[in-house]
Amino acid sequence: MAGTATWRWLPLVVAAVLAVLPSVLTPYTSDLVTKIIVLAVFALSLELLVGMTGLVSLGHAAFLGIGAYTAVLASPEYDAANPLLLGLACVGAAATYALFVGALSLRTRGVYFIMVTLAFAQMAYFVFHDTPLGGGTDGIYLNARPALGDFDSGEKLHFYYLALAALVGTYGLLALLRRSRFGHALAGIRVNEQRMRAAGFATYLYKLAAFVLAGALAGLAGFLLAVKDGYVNPELLSWHESGAVLLMIILGGIGHLRGAVIGAAAFVLLKELYATPAIVGEVLAQHWQLTLGFTIIAFVALLPRGLIGLSARLRAVTR
Amino acid sequence: MNTLLSCHGLTRVFGGLTAVDRATLDFALGEVHAVIGTNGAGKSTLINMLSGEMPVSGGRIMLDGQDITRWPQPRRARAGIGRSYQRTTIFPEFTVLENCRLSAQAAHARPWALWEAAAACTGSVPIARRALAAAGLAEVAASPAGSLSHGGKRQLEIAMCLATEPRVLLLDEPLAGMGSEETERMLALLATLKAGHAILLVEHDMDAVFRIADRITVMVNGQVIATDAPQAIRANPQVQVAYLGEHG
Repeated sequence: MAGTATWRWLPLVVAAVLAVLPSVLTPYTSDLVTKIIVLAVFALSLELLVGMTGLVSLGHAAFLGIGAYTAVLASPEYDAANPLLLGLACVGAAATYALFVGALSLRTRGVYFIMVTLAFAQMAYFVFHDTPLGGGTDGIYLNARPALGDFDSGEKLHFYYLALAALVGTYGLLALLRRSRFGHALAGIRVNEQRMRAAGFATYLYKLAAFVLAGALAGLAGFLLAVKDGYVNPELLSWHESGAVLLMIILGGIGHLRGAVIGAAAFVLLKELYATPAIVGEVLAQHWQLTLGFTIIAFVALLPRGLIGLSARLRAVTR
Repeated sequence: MNTLLSCHGLTRVFGGLTAVDRATLDFALGEVHAVIGTNGAGKSTLINMLSGEMPVSGGRIMLDGQDITRWPQPRRARAGIGRSYQRTTIFPEFTVLENCRLSAQAAHARPWALWEAAAACTGSVPIARRALAAAGLAEVAASPAGSLSHGGKRQLEIAMCLATEPRVLLLDEPLAGMGSEETERMLALLATLKAGHAILLVEHDMDAVFRIADRITVMVNGQVIATDAPQAIRANPQVQVAYLGEHG
């Protein structure tokens, strides 16, 4: 099918467009795209768990938050940190917590797994919320953005390319993973874990590996978020954030990598749209959660496979 | 006799109910050993304990002289114990080939090799193709498994089991719901598999059991009441009263 071949190159085309985009964007839209890129990394990390492995977690923001806090806490107070080392530290911290959470929570299934991941995320949330470790509820500022040689992540354009590289890297890694034996084993576990055990797969270890990798990638997103905003607070770890990223992949279409990216973009743009008084009016803008909520309900009802299923849906209607 | 798998005093208790009561059985290479009994006699529980899906309440399981009673199921599977399920447990969205390839992959895992495509795996693809050929499914290898007929799905269930290259086959009602033609094909397949495997066959189709089994064990209420050659089982008065008699 000609259509399939065209679609295969779409991620590369999108990456190329994103690479030249800053030269034509206004600062406002550029910020918006940067935000989408960072959240797309976060959404992709959850897609590995939910879409590829069939593990629905409601505590994924914990790893985002731990990555973000690590970026601030591991930076020297006044000097710029090395972005590569700092990024690795954030990924490593998130992965370590994911190893701990995963090792325990993966002993449960279904709704219990959802509850246990939520509980562990709340634990992490209250550590940052109620102790002076990260400035308590006030959060904490990143005084000096990471820099290396001519690269300074405090420059918006430099940061944009850092985030884009992270997105391309994450997408590429997960695309490889999907077609590898590891990815196929995860797909088998998603459909019928018992059958996989009967074939000889130690499924617990596979799920743990997926959980740790998903946590590590969420940590990478957290690192980017902290460097982008120069500020972190406990809300990054809250269950709202875990719910929001779950909505992103549902909105985009679970089971597809591009669905996670499309979902992150749709979520950010819808939120921006509904929170702008000039477009929707003062009253609605104040209650953007309400309009966003209704929109998501409508999307899920009309497009159960997410935005990724839109073209198939339209083809079915027009044919 | 070349005993591969055996159990000694194998027992499983659910609350106050003893589902399997001190069962001592052995399964030899080149032999179809059928286990028959009414519903609730403990046949499936026996398979579940042998495959490692269910922990034992008492007794021992030996594979090749090794005590495997405490081994988890994946380890037993990799050591050569394959099983099929009474309810078809294929992966319906995957192709027929991928169903088998995935099973074969367990022994050729390399999960860290992210740069290698699973579809090009030189370890698992040839094994999967051989298993499909053995099960008579080579022509439909590229079809989605969910599109197969009921009989085809049952054949695939066996092929997936074969793709793990087991030495012991624990088959839980492989003929369930099959038409006569499909049954013949399955029996022919089992006859060819006999040479290289020790086969435990749990089956309700008595005609098929008496045709293909080399030895038959009769279970009643969790207890083994007889293990013998088919003719001797047919003549056994205890068996006639307890089981065969009920079916006239």
